Amino acid sequence: MGEIFAYDFMVRALLAGLVVGVLCPAVGVFLVMRRYAFMADTLAHVSLAGVALGMILGVFPSLTTLGVTLAAAVGVERLRATGRLHGEAVLALMMSSGLALAVVLISLARGFNVDIMGYLFGSILTVGSGDLLLILAVGAVVLVMLSFFYKELFFISFDEECARVAGLPVDRLNVLFILLVALTVTVATRVVGILLVSALMVIPVLTAQLFSGSFRRLFWLSQVLGITVCFWGLILSYHLGTAPGGSIVLLAAAVFALVQLGTAARRAWQRRHLANGAEEKLPLVKLGERVSGS
Amino acid sequence: MNPVVEVRDLFFSYGEEMALERINLTVARGDFFALMGPNGSGKTTLVKLILGLLKPLSGEVRLFGVPVQRFHRWHRVGYVPQKATSFDVRFPATVEEVVLSGRFGLLGPGRRPGREDRRAVEEALELVGMGDAGHRIIGRLSGGQQQRVFIARALVGKPELLVLDEPVVGLDSRALDSFYSLLEHLNRDMGITLITVTHDTGAVARRVGKVACINKRLICHGTPSQVLTTANLARLYGAPVRRVVHSH
Repeated sequence: MGEIFAYDFMVRALLAGLVVGVLCPAVGVFLVMRRYAFMADTLAHVSLAGVALGMILGVFPSLTTLGVTLAAAVGVERLRATGRLHGEAVLALMMSSGLALAVVLISLARGFNVDIMGYLFGSILTVGSGDLLLILAVGAVVLVMLSFFYKELFFISFDEECARVAGLPVDRLNVLFILLVALTVTVATRVVGILLVSALMVIPVLTAQLFSGSFRRLFWLSQVLGITVCFWGLILSYHLGTAPGGSIVLLAAAVFALVQLGTAARRAWQRRHLANGAEEKLPLVKLGERVSGS
Repeated sequence: MNPVVEVRDLFFSYGEEMALERINLTVARGDFFALMGPNGSGKTTLVKLILGLLKPLSGEVRLFGVPVQRFHRWHRVGYVPQKATSFDVRFPATVEEVVLSGRFGLLGPGRRPGREDRRAVEEALELVGMGDAGHRIIGRLSGGQQQRVFIARALVGKPELLVLDEPVVGLDSRALDSFYSLLEHLNRDMGITLITVTHDTGAVARRVGKVACINKRLICHGTPSQVLTTANLARLYGAPVRRVVHSH
């Protein structure tokens, strides 16, 4: 495995992958818990319009992508905050409009030799020093903001109304959070691509949720899983010669499937054990807990 | 001394439809105040207006003498919302995490909860009889236990006013009784002013100090014996209502 680190492009890819591996689930935890997981997908699709705009204007695409994604994020939050439209309908509106704009801009930019596949499915192996710097800078900003507002974001995710009554500036925090999502989507598309970015935000969180006994644990465990699948996904893709973005997401999905199976098997075993142990006076407290929760 | 809540000539509408018309209410310090009315009468809307969650069409709400839109000392107010019984049970938060969030408004951003906050959580959980449930997942508790946890969250900031929106929905009669005993204790022994939205005329008659009946307008208000007459209840619910008095 050591020879991988002899290649600069691979070192840059691994560093970018590790940052994105932490970042995506850290933001994704709050998205999943707010039942807003579709947001990442929407912003990722809209970001394609930013890429195309960058090509046409001849600007570093990451910058135009960032601008367009942030604008779409604020637009989504404003429309949602009016309370007159359903959140998921707003997302569908923004996603299809953004994608339509991207398609039109790409057709205009046809002469510019646009590597659309790279943006759709990620091109982590072509991450340059400039890209890596942007990913590190954005990663640092998002993580600092998340740790600064962790408890407020938890409260809003659990109960937005009570968070308002407690005096939290919920509207401003919602805008801030959605901007953090937009920043994360922008840098993560370099690694896993537009079509797969939401997977990296959602799957590690779902996996961690299967065995998390608290929100704090879910938050940290999701990031550990994210970083693990990004690292090993890249290593696997290097050895197997497969697409890095797809390999990372497939590995994440495989881990989820394994944990899900393991959890189901453990439950079945516990149920059988408790049924057998009823006469042997096994601790019934656990059974009571599970029954009341079902 | 300023009343805890003052509602003056309050009007509110959802679009074209008037939800509340000319509501005037005063809740004094130490009151145990019940807000009654049929479904769709505007009780929850009034609670949300009192808490500044909705903006009135006209009129004014004052909390501790301050207009609600300029009120900032929200740690003085605790709120137990109606949906407490229908929150997302899959949310993997512990009881401790949920109750602790009631301190976040006091703490401010960037500050981590300290020993004092954790002690306040323990005290609030003890107070509602959930002292040993701190590490349990909120979604795995029974409806009555969850309700107590949400009350603990509302109490953990040591509020002077506690607002509960239909807190007894889904509780069985035993849980109901101990729940009202808890509210009485908070009001009588701890001096917390209580406003509770309820349908339960029997418990209201026995436990609360003041009642206001609304059905878009204020129908009647006063002590339970003044207000809960057969004639008033018929006016409120639009049909003759037979009062069932539980005796224990």
